Amino acid sequence: MDFQKIEKQTRIKNGILRSVTCLFLGIWGLIVLFPFYWMILTSVKSYGAYNSEYIPKFFTLSPTFENYREAFTAVPLGKYLLNTAFFTLCTTALMLVAVTLAAFAFARLQFKGKKIAFVGFLSLMMIPNELVVITNFVTITNLDMRNTFQGLIFPSVMSVFYIYLLKENFEQIPDSLYRAAKVDGTSDFKYLVKVMIPMSKPTLVTITILKVIECWNSYVWPRLITDNPSYYLVSNGIQEIRENGFGRENVPAMMAAVVVISVPLIFLFLAFRRKIMDGVSRGGTKG
Amino acid sequence: MKRKKRLNDNIKGWLYLLPALLFLGAFMVYPLIDVFVYSFEEGYHSASQTYLGIGAYNYSYVLHDPYFLQALQNTFLLVIITVPLSTVIAIAVSVGLNSIKALRDFFQTVYFLPYVTNTLAVGLVFMILFRKTPYSDGFINLIIRFFGGSSVDFIEGPYWAKMFVLCFYTIWVVMPFKILILTSALSSVNQDYYKAAKVDGTSRWRTFIKITLPMISPMVFYLIITGFIGAFKAYSDVVALFGTNLNAAGMNTIVGYVYDMLYGDSGGYPSYASAAAILLFVIVLTITCINLLGSKKHVHY
Repeated sequence: MDFQKIEKQTRIKNGILRSVTCLFLGIWGLIVLFPFYWMILTSVKSYGAYNSEYIPKFFTLSPTFENYREAFTAVPLGKYLLNTAFFTLCTTALMLVAVTLAAFAFARLQFKGKKIAFVGFLSLMMIPNELVVITNFVTITNLDMRNTFQGLIFPSVMSVFYIYLLKENFEQIPDSLYRAAKVDGTSDFKYLVKVMIPMSKPTLVTITILKVIECWNSYVWPRLITDNPSYYLVSNGIQEIRENGFGRENVPAMMAAVVVISVPLIFLFLAFRRKIMDGVSRGGTKG
Repeated sequence: MKRKKRLNDNIKGWLYLLPALLFLGAFMVYPLIDVFVYSFEEGYHSASQTYLGIGAYNYSYVLHDPYFLQALQNTFLLVIITVPLSTVIAIAVSVGLNSIKALRDFFQTVYFLPYVTNTLAVGLVFMILFRKTPYSDGFINLIIRFFGGSSVDFIEGPYWAKMFVLCFYTIWVVMPFKILILTSALSSVNQDYYKAAKVDGTSRWRTFIKITLPMISPMVFYLIITGFIGAFKAYSDVVALFGTNLNAAGMNTIVGYVYDMLYGDSGGYPSYASAAAILLFVIVLTITCINLLGSKKHVHY
C-alpha cells in the first residue's frame, strides 16, 4: 500500500519534471526560431501593409513577392551575392591547397626545423585577428589593393587551426602505406594526391564547410578594405542597404534581402548537419 | 649520396610549407611585430609615413580618450553580463536536452541555427523587433505593453535598454556553440555513476551538483574562457544593432574603437588603433590567466 503510494508520487513528480523540461526547451526553441519567422513574415508583407500596422500582425493573408523583386532591382543584392560567392570560392580553394601541403609536410616528411616550425605555427593560433588587422590594412592600402579581390582574399586565406586538424588526420593513416608507396617508387606528391587526400575526405569536407561559413559571414576585413559598393560582400551589402537602402526606409524589402542572404547557409547547414556540428565541436568558435 | 638526399628532403619539406609560410608571414607574423612598432611611434602621419618620436604617448592618449573609456565600460558590462548568463542557460538547456529522447535531434538542429546565420543580417531582424518608431511600437514593446509595462525604444533609447538588446542578441548568437559542446560533454559521462546514484536514492539536484557538474567541468571551463575572449572582441553584433556610427550611439566596443581609429570618418590613426588593440590583447591575456589559475581549484580532470 505504502509502496504503491510512493511509486505513484514518483511518477507524478517525474511527469511534472518532464513537462517543465519540455516547456523550457520549447521556449528556447521559440526564441531561436522567432527572428527567422519574423523576417520571412515581414519580407512577404507589402510596403503599404507593413507601414499601416501600428500593432504588428503575426501573419499575413496576402503574401507578396514584390519585396524580393525590389531587393534585387533597387539595390545590387545580386552583385553582393556574386562577390561573396567569388570571394568564398577563391579563399577556400587557396586555403585548401596551402593547408593540405603544410599538413602533409608536418605529418609525413622529415626535414630540418620541422619541430620549431610546427611550434611556431601552433603559437600563431593564439594571435587574435584584431592585432594583425591594423598592419594588414596599411599594407593593403600601400599596395594599392583597396577595392580589389586580391586585397580581400589574400589576408583571409590562412587558418592555422585547420593545418593542425588535418595533420592529426593525416597521421592516423598507417605508416605502412607510406612505406609501401615509397618502395614502389611513388613520389611524395603523388602519394598525397592519390592516397592521403582521398582517405581524409571527411576532414577536408569539414574544413571546407567551416571556411565557407566563415567567408560568407566575414564583415570586418571587407568593411575596412572596400568602400566601393561594387566590391561589397553580403555583410557590408546589408549594412549599406540599412543605411542608405531603398531611398526610403523599406523594412519589408530589407527583410527580403536578409532572407536571401541567410538562405544559402541554412540550406548548407541542413544538408551537412552532422558534419558541420562535428567540425564546430572539434574547434570552431564564432569570431 | 646520402647527404645529398637529406639536403633534398630538407628543401622539399620547406617547399611544402612555403604557401602557408608566405600567407602567414605576410599577414600574421609581420603585422604582429609591426603593430607593436606602430603603437610606440608618436605622431605617425599615414600619408607621408613619418613619425615624430618613440614613446608611450599613444597609450596615454587612448587611455584618456572618453570614447575609449566608454568603449571599455560597454565591453566590460557586456562581458560580465553575457558570459555567466549564457553559460548557465546553456547548461540548463543541455541538461534538459540530455534528459529527453524524443525530439532531441530536432531541438539540436534548431538550437544550432544561429551559428550558421549572418550576424549582420539577423541583427537587423533584432533591430526591427526591438525598436520603436513613430509609426509602430514594434514587436517587443507589444509584449511589454501586454504585460502592463510602458514601451521603450531599445535601439535609440536609454542606455540600459540598448545594453539589454546587445546582451540579448549576444547570448542568442553564442548559445549554439555552448549547447553543442555541453551536450557532447554530457553524453560522454559514464552512465554507471548515475546508476550508482540512483541505487543510493540520491536526489536529482544532488546528482547534478555532485556528479554531472564535476564531470563536465573541464568543458564548462573551456566555454568560460572562450566566452570571455569572444565577448571582449564583440563588434559585428553591435554594428548590426546600432549601425556603424557607434560612438554617436554611445555603444562602441574596444574592437569597434580600434576600427574607428583606423578607418572611416574618425580614422587615419593607425598608432592609436595599435595602442588600443594591444591594450585589448593585454586585458584578454590577463583575464585568461586569472581564469586558468581559478580553474586549478575547481575543475576536475
